[in-house]
Amino acid sequence: MKPVYTIANLRKKYQNKEVLNIDNMQLYQGEIFGLMGPSGAGKSTLLRLLDFLEEPTAGVIEFKGERFGNGREPELKQKRKITTVFQRSALLRTSLWNNVVYPLKLRGEEINGEKKEEIEKLLEQMGLTEFKDQRADKLSGGETQRAALARALVFEPEVLLLDEPTSNLDPTNIGIIEEMIKQYIKKENKMILVVTHNIFQARRLADRVGLLHQGQLVETGEKKSFFNSPEQELTAKFLSGELVH
Amino acid sequence: MGTIIEGVREAVYLITGLDPEILNIISVSLRVTGTALIFAILIGMPLGTFLGMVNFPGKKLFTALLYTGMGFPPVVIGLFVFIFFSASGPFGFLNWLFTPNAIIVAQTIIAFPLVAGFVMTAVMGIDRNLLRQMESLGASRLQLLWTTIKEARLGSVVAVVAGFGAIISEVGAVMLVGGNIRGRTRVLTTAIVLETRQGRFGLAIALGIILLTIAFILNIIMINLQEKEID
Repeated sequence: MKPVYTIANLRKKYQNKEVLNIDNMQLYQGEIFGLMGPSGAGKSTLLRLLDFLEEPTAGVIEFKGERFGNGREPELKQKRKITTVFQRSALLRTSLWNNVVYPLKLRGEEINGEKKEEIEKLLEQMGLTEFKDQRADKLSGGETQRAALARALVFEPEVLLLDEPTSNLDPTNIGIIEEMIKQYIKKENKMILVVTHNIFQARRLADRVGLLHQGQLVETGEKKSFFNSPEQELTAKFLSGELVH
Repeated sequence: MGTIIEGVREAVYLITGLDPEILNIISVSLRVTGTALIFAILIGMPLGTFLGMVNFPGKKLFTALLYTGMGFPPVVIGLFVFIFFSASGPFGFLNWLFTPNAIIVAQTIIAFPLVAGFVMTAVMGIDRNLLRQMESLGASRLQLLWTTIKEARLGSVVAVVAGFGAIISEVGAVMLVGGNIRGRTRVLTTAIVLETRQGRFGLAIALGIILLTIAFILNIIMINLQEKEID
């Protein structure tokens, strides 16, 4: 498999407090990587660094063969291949439709016949058709999260970073979102990283799984071996619910 | 009381009869204030957006200066503009004193801190998470700025209306730098002062009614925009 990201000696500090310290990590094209870990482990920080929304304090992130870090940032064209759906989705104060087409407009894309049909199909798959003209701030939590995912999928990013995309959602909404994630990886062969607290969700979705604890990557592995025979004691503790912080 | 009734009667006659002098005063007022407002928006909106979005050393001091500017006595601004544009002032060579240009400068200085201050508050009220999300979706810096202005549009409308209200009703600075010259720099407020002093209450009341009507129309527009946003 072709690596999309190769991380080496990545450090992130906030006011002299180190929150992330990953010696090495690789993420591959065509995989769903499930990132797990207790609260405050540094999962969201890692996502911000992978999306180049923040600069690392030290270390290198190699993205699609280009090395970034130490003051070197990717250009907008490169950054536009990546997107994050945050845990608390934020939509613009406009209609759902305008929200979904927003990334396309940013890229100067025409939303004409064929493209419009594609977007309408996407909304239909996500059960959002009836809300497309509704103002985004009138949507429910589940609808908002689905709209945020539709907005991310609409421009077919090469990397999709999902920060607890289904936390606090009901089973129906979780089902729709997980189905869309699976379909996207199958159809587009891109890379998805899902941060989740939910072991069952990681089992359902991920190809490989990793555990982050106190900013350090404890273990990564194929789903089966990670869950059935973890190498590290910390992983075993986490999976059995004994690792709180 | 009789004077007021007589004045209102005359005002109705002047307004309905489309008195040329009144029309000229309205025209000068709207032209000058409109131009000043455009400059205030051009300066105030990007400044307010920047201050609302970006943290930098000295921001507190800058913000305090801006707030001071929002409450700065217009007549003092008029005084400084007068000094700067008087024959011995640094911009005396422009010969702008007692012309509409001097009024535009004074009104711009009065209005832009108001526009910037209101826009800054509106931008600061935008969810930081939303801006980060827009960036993650691929917005360039310029696109992010534009999206922010659009998201803060309700506050921006209030900013524009507040700026307009402040300068259309201002008299001290306009009197100082414009000189209240008939047909050239006479605006609604300065005309009201003059006509009142001369005992021509009818004309003064007519101008007062017009000024109030303009303010009223603006507020109606603002309320409609607000309602549209909230619904």
